Amino acid sequence: MSVWDDIVGQDRLLDVLRSAVDGAGDALAGRRQDTMTQAWLFTGPPGSGRSNAARAFAAALLCEQKGCGACQACRTVLAGTHGDVIHILSEQLSIGVDTMRDLVRRSALSPVSRRWLVIIVEDADRLTDKAADALLKSIEEPTAHTVWVLCAPTVEDVLPTIRSRCRVLVLRTPPSDAVAAHLVAKDGVPESVATFAARASQGHIGRARALALDDAARTRRREVLRLPTQLVSLGACMTSAANVVDAATEEATPRSTALDAEETADLASAFGGGGGGRGPSGAAYAAAVKELQKNQRQRAKRLVRDSLDRSLLDLASFYRDVLTVQMGGGVELVNEEQRSEIEAVARRTTAEQTARHVGAIFAAREAVEGEVAPILAVEALMISLSGGPSR
Amino acid sequence: MARSTAGNTPGDRAALGSTTLVSGSNEFVAERTIASAVRAVRAVDADADFVELAAPELGAAALVEITSPSLFATARCVVVRSLEGLPAEAVEPLVSYVESPAPDVALVLHHTGGLKGKSALDKLRKAGAVEVKAQELKSWEVAGWVADEARRQGSRIDRAAAEALAEAVGIDMRALAGAVDQLVADSAGASITAELVRRYFGGRAEVKGFSVADAAIEGKTSLAIEQLRWALSNRVDPVLITSAVAGGLRALARYVSAPRGLREADLAREVDVPTWKLKRLAAQSRGWSQRGLATAIVAAAKADADVKGAAGDRQWACERLVISVLRARALS
Repeated sequence: MSVWDDIVGQDRLLDVLRSAVDGAGDALAGRRQDTMTQAWLFTGPPGSGRSNAARAFAAALLCEQKGCGACQACRTVLAGTHGDVIHILSEQLSIGVDTMRDLVRRSALSPVSRRWLVIIVEDADRLTDKAADALLKSIEEPTAHTVWVLCAPTVEDVLPTIRSRCRVLVLRTPPSDAVAAHLVAKDGVPESVATFAARASQGHIGRARALALDDAARTRRREVLRLPTQLVSLGACMTSAANVVDAATEEATPRSTALDAEETADLASAFGGGGGGRGPSGAAYAAAVKELQKNQRQRAKRLVRDSLDRSLLDLASFYRDVLTVQMGGGVELVNEEQRSEIEAVARRTTAEQTARHVGAIFAAREAVEGEVAPILAVEALMISLSGGPSR
Repeated sequence: MARSTAGNTPGDRAALGSTTLVSGSNEFVAERTIASAVRAVRAVDADADFVELAAPELGAAALVEITSPSLFATARCVVVRSLEGLPAEAVEPLVSYVESPAPDVALVLHHTGGLKGKSALDKLRKAGAVEVKAQELKSWEVAGWVADEARRQGSRIDRAAAEALAEAVGIDMRALAGAVDQLVADSAGASITAELVRRYFGGRAEVKGFSVADAAIEGKTSLAIEQLRWALSNRVDPVLITSAVAGGLRALARYVSAPRGLREADLAREVDVPTWKLKRLAAQSRGWSQRGLATAIVAAAKADADVKGAAGDRQWACERLVISVLRARALS
């Protein structure tokens, strides 16, 4: 057992991280001074395990045995409760300069464990320019025992000034057999389901797990994949768009309401409420509630958009398969179950049309990310997929 | 006698020796009531004193002082603001004063709404204060209020004219009162007609994204552009315009592709609009083909991205959307 167990299909990366941990040990022991990189940028496609890798790395740095996975340090880091690991995780659309300034201040503190203070910024791509600027000085010359780990999908997602101050590690898309094996070993998923989930998720580990364990997720995916054959009229386009967006909202809402309720209760108890008496009151509490609600509204929006994005990616995988057949690619189809429909569509349309459809899907993803009303973006997409207004 | 009116102040009623209670947050009505009380008192005695204070300062002693006869003036007008902040010990003296007011004092109390001080408010009503409600108008009350307002200014306005004015000016009481004032002056004693309202206020409607959307979808080119210009110069956010156009197109697209022969209520549910909209959708649908609608919806999605930062000029993005919708309507 070790902290690296949860990292799937990243053998080369593990070699680098293991030797970094060795170097860190040397630096701590005072044997060598120049062996530890203190600013890292982990990049890799969504679901490849960037943040897991960052967490495992943090655990290995803080563990006496370089990541045994069993000691107090390892377990608390992996559970997210170790005092020397600061985890910045944003469910909002951006990470603002205030958060970063506070983080810079905390980065100057000494670690409690006398090993390292590890700061993990997930979603470094969501740093605003100002927030990134606030970080520059600290990641260029960190305090002696501070290690920064930034995570982003690609190197281009962070400012060049940040990029040039970090050591970049690239995670690859994990191969589907590695993902399937992981699901079988870790979650006890039956082999056949694991293979399907790994293939359908195209190397997104979290998504693969959701597909393997959650019936509703599988159903939703099946419905999305039926869309391409259903878009026969304007009315069908409008209805399908409404269904896709409703499904995304339905998936996201329970999660955001649960999170909202938990946070509201936490806030109330932080202000001395709870325990059956009258709730807290006062201007400071009202202001805090207002701030919290603002953040919650943003997060609710974000979660719907994330869920919608997954559907759009599923849809893109269908056309990817169509294109594979049309080009005679001879590689594995993502949606092997739907081979007959895929082949039918492939015969009916040209590769050029398929490429255009894929382009439309990615344009819609970008539109949703750019705050276009989700329903409108999906309606326009469905119209384009149905053959477009130029039909 | 407690009398309530819908925000129209009683005219030049003798204010002396009475108590007026203004309740509600509408500043316009409150100010007007206070001003008319002051005017009434001044009409009786040009040298009358005018005292204004906030309720929290109103101790029992202060009340006696301001309501007892003055050596230097015969009449006086006392305005007490923020009645909701009246100290508890001052409630009883104030109520007993209202029950037997001094004959040469006009007292105006202003309670800005809310639950605070509600019981004091009830006691004052019972004691005989004349209440003037200063609430914001509801949209269905506007025409009635306009009619009352015209009567107050010594003129008359017919129902159609009042509705036209409400539609043109909106719900802001200050703007409405100003408009009525102008119309009364311009009508030179005759009653105000819808024709007159249109002459002065036509086209300057409170333009919303929806009117832009409807005009564009109905193919009224010059009206659509005109409405858009009004909307943008009235600082309607371009986001509201693109979303209104998208909403209009969505309803229309769902309407034209709904199954034939549905009952009205079912059709409304299928299209996802209130039933009264169906008639308008039926009229709008005549000019459109499915292909045209598809083109227009794609244009709306593009414009929505544009006004949310994908393009440099948000106003031009709106204009281009309106033009695209008008063009798409011509497609067969």
